[in-house]
Amino acid sequence: MDIAGALSFDHLKFLAAGFKVTLYIAFISIILSFIIGVVFGTLRYAKIPFLSKVVAVIVETIRNLPLLLIIFFTYFALPEVGLKLSPSTAAIAALTVFESAMLAEIVRSGLNSIDKGQKEAARSSGLTYIQTLWTVVMPQALRRMVPPIVSQFISLLKDTSLCVVIALPEFMHNAQIIYAQNINYIFPIFAVVVFMYFIVNYCLSLIARRLENRQA
Amino acid sequence: MFKSKTSKIAGVLLLSASMLLSACGKGGDKETSGSAKNALEQIKSKDKIVIGVKYDTRLFGLKNPSTGEVEGFDIDISKELAKDLVGDAKKVEFKEVTSKTRIPMLNNGDIDAIVATMTISEERKKEADFSDVYFDAGQSLLVKKGSPIKGLEDLKKGTKVLAVKGSTSAINISQKAPDTTVLEFENYTEAFTALKAGKGDALTTDDSILYGMVDQDSNYELVGGTFTDEPYGIAVKKGNEELVDAINSALKKMKENGKYDEIHKKWIRSN
Amino acid sequence: MLDFSILLNNLDTYLEGFKNTVLASIIALLGSFIIGVIVAVMRIAPIKPLNWIGSAYVEFIRNIPLLVIAFFFYYGLPAIGVTLPAFVAGTIALAIYTASFIAEAIRAGIQSVPKGQMEAARSSGLTYLQTMRTIILPQAIKIVIPPIGNQFINLVKNSAILGMIAGLDLMYFGDLVSSRTFVTFPVYIFVAMFYLVLTIPLSLGVGYLERRLARSN
Repeated sequence: MDIAGALSFDHLKFLAAGFKVTLYIAFISIILSFIIGVVFGTLRYAKIPFLSKVVAVIVETIRNLPLLLIIFFTYFALPEVGLKLSPSTAAIAALTVFESAMLAEIVRSGLNSIDKGQKEAARSSGLTYIQTLWTVVMPQALRRMVPPIVSQFISLLKDTSLCVVIALPEFMHNAQIIYAQNINYIFPIFAVVVFMYFIVNYCLSLIARRLENRQA
Repeated sequence: MFKSKTSKIAGVLLLSASMLLSACGKGGDKETSGSAKNALEQIKSKDKIVIGVKYDTRLFGLKNPSTGEVEGFDIDISKELAKDLVGDAKKVEFKEVTSKTRIPMLNNGDIDAIVATMTISEERKKEADFSDVYFDAGQSLLVKKGSPIKGLEDLKKGTKVLAVKGSTSAINISQKAPDTTVLEFENYTEAFTALKAGKGDALTTDDSILYGMVDQDSNYELVGGTFTDEPYGIAVKKGNEELVDAINSALKKMKENGKYDEIHKKWIRSN
Repeated sequence: MLDFSILLNNLDTYLEGFKNTVLASIIALLGSFIIGVIVAVMRIAPIKPLNWIGSAYVEFIRNIPLLVIAFFFYYGLPAIGVTLPAFVAGTIALAIYTASFIAEAIRAGIQSVPKGQMEAARSSGLTYLQTMRTIILPQAIKIVIPPIGNQFINLVKNSAILGMIAGLDLMYFGDLVSSRTFVTFPVYIFVAMFYLVLTIPLSLGVGYLERRLARSN
């Protein structure tokens, strides 16, 4: 083991550059997948003829596939049908597609957990369906959904590491380049990798817990 | 910028979903787009050439984590190429490719050319156009010093040979030593780490790449000489004769003015 | 239409990968369930140090990527002299990772049973273990089954991680077929179908259980 050699200033700087890419890709994907997830989850909940069924089939198909496969598919297979993406766009697209489906399911079951009586009461007091959904059901449901949504975000951040397969210069990729130089670097570098992922994700989960307690 | 990215992503979403569902595929044959015809002019007009190189292959293309620069034979050849095509060795942008990602990246238009230890093969000629040979490599075996494996003939049933996905050597070895087990990895970093971790008895790829691994860790050695010819070429998107011609004449110039020998001597140690 | 020749020509390869994916999933499923139950028991047992160890396990493991755990078992452990084949290293990583989620689901289920019941049972003379077995667990199981089922689905999907360490699973062989043939689109679609054959029935099963348990309340 060579701790000093592995954790030289230059190496740490290189790792930090990778971590920045990881955070950037995760951040964009979180925003996009949250929006798409809420829209798709609501569409499924709303039971609009045909449309809700189509959304259900899409969401269920994607949710039941490995993310790694979706990443490979987005980057290596889509060009065959004319859709060409750079590694970072492909990474964002694949993560967004997968996590949107996971979030859509969370949103749908969150909406379903709200007492039906409230919806009926709101409707009979003159609100339209959309108004009821937006002002009565959604705010309550979102509050209940916070913990599972945050843990899905944590999953997303962890899952960015899979993008190493398309040579995205993220955290794990840069770590590999460093420990490839010398097998004695592998333990110290792994320690840094584990530490960084842990710190960020643990903070996220603490925030989630605080939000959860505040409601309770 | 953001808007186009979002719409692209929305496109991916719809496309991938509909593709998965309808399972009707293979729309559109692999046509070369009209703009690709003027790849050479495009390079000249943007005043920069984007080249796909390896980041994990010592002596050919290696990202040095200390300097942040990529270094190696392929890198210096690329710089000379830039000097000839756009007039300045600095007007080259490097992007990382692996054996598996390089052809998709070329076809995606992410890179103008591949200079990445790429063997010219009949199969690949269907996917890309190649320049003249700029380096002659041959497949060989890397083992830990003192290993009982001395050559191809020692690869028997139960021997584990490590290789990289998408490389010609992975295909060759299963033909030359059909009884042996081949394990394939995403890139050379993982394959060599696996060898060092004792996950296989030998690692096979081009001798040129293996010398780089020996250079990094002298506990390993090449055995059995070379058993294939791996002529390296520079690949460009299909249907770009002008660009191929320009690259060929640049290569020729390098060889004539001694620059090629200089680069060769700098990186390649003959044994 | 989808080019089925690529599937037929490489059917043996696909099936070999499929078999290993199923095998890895079943082994990891059993492993993760056993570890998960042990960790959950540690977290709720009335012994402080055990609580700490259990919590540390869950918080640590579920906040780091599965890929890092798999790489650690495959590339990292040999540095201290432990060399595991890829299939074994990947399956262990999968079990350890999933166990943290299962432990959390079990703990949440058990603690959702009102505390008063435990106190009432204890004061009526039952021991801690008796109370657990006869009062708490039968109620908790209903709450725990759906999330555990979802974790098993995740496990099957996550088993694709074996493909990253040459673990001879469906993902690995699918990837190999595509890098050999330069054909990507249909190759990955067929890989997807093999995964769906496993995960869709599991999903439907979990959904069915969830609805039935909800109705029985």
